Amino acid sequence: MAEKKSLGKEFTKGLIKENPVLRLVLGTCPTLAVTTSVTNAIGMGVAATIVLVCSNIAISALRKIIPSKVRIPAYIVVIAAFVTVVQMLVKAFVPALDTALGAFLPLIVVNCIILGRAEAFASKNPVLYSAVDGLGMGVGFTAALCLMGTVREILGAGTFLAGIQDLLVLFGDNVLGGWNGFDFTSGLDKIGLSSITFFILPAGGFFVYGILMAVANKLAAGRGKPKAELTGCAHCPMAHSCTIALEGKDGCDGSAKEAAV
Amino acid sequence: MKYMIALLVMGLLTNNFVLSKFYGICSFLGVSKKLNTAVGMSAAVIVVMLMSTAVTYPINNLLMQNDLEYLQTVVFILVIAALVQLVEFILKKFMPPLYNALGIYLPLITTNCAVLGVVILNVDNGYTFWQSMVNSLGAGLGFMLAMVLFAGVRKKMEDCDVPEFLQGLPITLIAASLVSLSFLGFAGIVEGMGLM
Repeated sequence: MAEKKSLGKEFTKGLIKENPVLRLVLGTCPTLAVTTSVTNAIGMGVAATIVLVCSNIAISALRKIIPSKVRIPAYIVVIAAFVTVVQMLVKAFVPALDTALGAFLPLIVVNCIILGRAEAFASKNPVLYSAVDGLGMGVGFTAALCLMGTVREILGAGTFLAGIQDLLVLFGDNVLGGWNGFDFTSGLDKIGLSSITFFILPAGGFFVYGILMAVANKLAAGRGKPKAELTGCAHCPMAHSCTIALEGKDGCDGSAKEAAV
Repeated sequence: MKYMIALLVMGLLTNNFVLSKFYGICSFLGVSKKLNTAVGMSAAVIVVMLMSTAVTYPINNLLMQNDLEYLQTVVFILVIAALVQLVEFILKKFMPPLYNALGIYLPLITTNCAVLGVVILNVDNGYTFWQSMVNSLGAGLGFMLAMVLFAGVRKKMEDCDVPEFLQGLPITLIAASLVSLSFLGFAGIVEGMGLM
């Protein structure tokens, strides 16, 4: 990225234009796994954002020191270190979130968004820009998770922000008068309805993601932008170190490299 | 023995690693376009899963003895990355045909969360060495089953008349949702067979 860009633009591009979940199709595993409730979605989003900003800053600061041949392992070590820090903080201060996210908290290490931003942005740009880029991408990731979480939680469980006290515990006991989210289930019962369990099942996760992706594609098409796709090496964070991509062979998904670039 | 079979059935069907636990979705969506690439990728994943489980188990014991549990994430991902590189070198040098079949998927596996995921789950659940190995095998086979099934679904889908706004990734995700829903039919099989 040779041309100078404003910090504001670096921040906002992650929100909509290059939203990691809905436009770049990165980080799909946590997107599907933790969005059964908005509370978990916020927790995951914030944890990933912290790691993303910190690792972007560190990698950007070290970009002239890390030899390019070993940069992917070096990035992974930096990211893993920050993930460990976040993991310990979450275990200590928000233990309920640690239980809810399970293995997906340490798995932030292999979240494609973080390695992808390190490779595509932080390794080429100054510290401040990288930090803002990380923050924008993180907020975009969190927003997309919350959107999915909202749809799935309201339709699937009949609640909204249930268990939010698990997160608010950070700011002390009984914040917001112990308010623990909305519960529509009793209201639904009165009119003879119940929540649709499908939406909190794994299958519902795929379904909601597919529909949101279709909506995002439709909105993008209205602005003359291409659809979000997951083909070829263009979106793969490993493309720069991957032998297939470097030798110009067909991508591992069988699509020609040229088609994707 | 019963517990081992239960672990295997759980990984393969009831708690399928991809379709109900959401590990390795990136490669599941990205590499399932053709049957041969789907099989190649999942074979490579199974090999790497088993190897990294075998290597990380003693390393984890070592970490536990020295009160260094907090290093687990860093150590595991490094071990997996090193192992993947090593396997790639060895295959390239000594087994070119196998390298051509599986090798091209190896660089992708380092960042496949299914591999790190299964290693972390083995540790979190406190499995013994052989339980870990069986769990990894079940997870790997489950990954392969999902990939192969889904490659078939996607092949059929190519001839379908999909509404324009759903074309591409959205319909792929909705198809994945249906495949995942079908796996719900296996719920209770472990209890039903009296394995648990």
